[in-house]
Amino acid sequence: MAFIELINVVKNYTKGSEVVHVLQDLNLSLNAGDFLALMGPSGSGKSTLLNLIGGIDKPTAGRVIVGGAELGGMSSSQLAKWRSESIGFVFQFYNLLPFLTAQRNVELPLLLTNLNGSQRKENAMTALRTVSLDDRAKHKPGQLSGGQQQRVAIARAIVADPQILVCDEPTGDLDRQSAQEILALLEILNDRFKKTIIMVTHDPLAAEHAKKVLHLDKGVLVESTEEAVSA
Amino acid sequence: MTGVGFVWKNLYRKKTRTFLTFFCLYIAFLLYVALGSIAVVFSVDTLGGELGANRLQTSAKYSMIDDIPKRYVDEISQLDGVELVTHMSWFGGYYQEPSNMLVTFPVDPSTFFRVYPEYEISDEHLTAFLETRRGMVAPISLVEQYQWKVGDIIPIGSQIYPQEDGNYVWEFELVGSYTPDQDGQTAVLLQYDYFEEATAFGKGAVGWLAIQISDPQLAPELSQQIDSMYINSSDPVRTATESESNRQFLAQYGNITLMMSGILLAVFFTILLVCANTMAQAFRERISELGVLKTIGFNDYRLGLWMLSEAIWLSVIPAVFGVLIGMGVLFALGSSGATAMFVPTPPMSVVLSTAASSLALALALGVIVGAIPALTTTRMSIVDAMHA
Repeated sequence: MAFIELINVVKNYTKGSEVVHVLQDLNLSLNAGDFLALMGPSGSGKSTLLNLIGGIDKPTAGRVIVGGAELGGMSSSQLAKWRSESIGFVFQFYNLLPFLTAQRNVELPLLLTNLNGSQRKENAMTALRTVSLDDRAKHKPGQLSGGQQQRVAIARAIVADPQILVCDEPTGDLDRQSAQEILALLEILNDRFKKTIIMVTHDPLAAEHAKKVLHLDKGVLVESTEEAVSA
Repeated sequence: MTGVGFVWKNLYRKKTRTFLTFFCLYIAFLLYVALGSIAVVFSVDTLGGELGANRLQTSAKYSMIDDIPKRYVDEISQLDGVELVTHMSWFGGYYQEPSNMLVTFPVDPSTFFRVYPEYEISDEHLTAFLETRRGMVAPISLVEQYQWKVGDIIPIGSQIYPQEDGNYVWEFELVGSYTPDQDGQTAVLLQYDYFEEATAFGKGAVGWLAIQISDPQLAPELSQQIDSMYINSSDPVRTATESESNRQFLAQYGNITLMMSGILLAVFFTILLVCANTMAQAFRERISELGVLKTIGFNDYRLGLWMLSEAIWLSVIPAVFGVLIGMGVLFALGSSGATAMFVPTPPMSVVLSTAASSLALALALGVIVGAIPALTTTRMSIVDAMHA
């Protein structure tokens, strides 16, 4: 069985009296350790698909199964717990909390664990070392460059050691050099730490770092560089 | 960092705004404790108490500053139902400086402490007071404040009564101290006989009478009877229960309770808006952050609870400071005797109960202003929050 499986997934939104069909009868299978790039024009449903896999939204119809867990049947609290244990999120605009230092930002997901204060600090520093930012641990986000902030965000995503990283345009707000550093880091996390990565991107150069590339158009997967999909 | 630490850091992320909100709340709660305690004193019988239920007070009918003849003491003592009568006069005393006023009453020592058993004095000091014509006794707090010793000659100035030689500064010998029933009461008691003998005017007159009756049920009937006795005299009187007299005395300032309640209501309505505005701003600013925290795995209830905790801290922390400072101000006023001159100092029990109600009010305020942000936090979807 695939590690991530979407079966006949439909996602609609209601805007006033109008129903917007975002994803239509979508099927997708991914194995553990995959590095998938999701591409497509704006409004094609990439982020919605990412939200469904990340357990922050539920499908209108169909099934989303991740690591053996069927997300559609979980309550809000169960989903929150599942996300804290299984998923790391990386956002386009980093979404660090501005009043916390890098180390405190990275430590945040560990507040949901039973680790004590010193263990949380130690794990946060380890994650910062992984992204080569341990020397910026006491800096607040405003004192870091965009690339550094994104690396802190990646450290926050991996600190609780989730199996899956969900990245929504992680290089969309970065210059080329910083983007390359982030993509190289994601590759390391995929190759060396065996993280399953699903990355939404508009950038074909970024997509080249993934092992698989899928294209979405109007809620339908239209082509892929590998055979992971049937729509 | 812990959850509590996270809430704390959130509270201080906008330091100026938090400080200004704290300051508003601090002032509000300081006022609440200070004015609230005084308003309580104006609204209840804190002077009469349970013991005051069997005491009547008789004073000149038309003005409290008029004297009444001293012979009324004997005449009223003859009435059925009257157990004992004592008298007091307003001396208008001060110590060292006219601005340093002292509540000073010439009294009859043989009856005063029997009519007011809540004023405790040792037999030794009472005997000395009875036997020393120039004697005076003072509350123990006042004796300690001025470091007086038994045997000291204390100069007490009067703003009303000169001695026969025209001197307004009298000298009395401190012969003892007594313990009043309430904190902050600072009445210095003098020997009436000596006062009457030495004063340049006002001989044979007293300020008012305190009448101990055998049964509180007799109070209306006796009051009417006493007033009737002198209704056609040149010195008519007005008699009422002690608590009623106290209320009438305090009512000369106006309806203090209503005024203070009005001020406090306006203050609290304002701070409710201030506090609610602060929390609403804080919530709006961090909607997307709440979305991020939910995405990371913090559940709705934990985040809602954090939001509510922040609102409670926002109101309770300055309230604690306001209450403590307010209590300090009241105790300072009480020990200086400044309030006792015109307004009874709120007793400790009243101050403590006002302080407790202040903190309960702060808690309620926090819950009220935090409820909507907290509920919205729990109900907000991650997708909506991330797009805010």
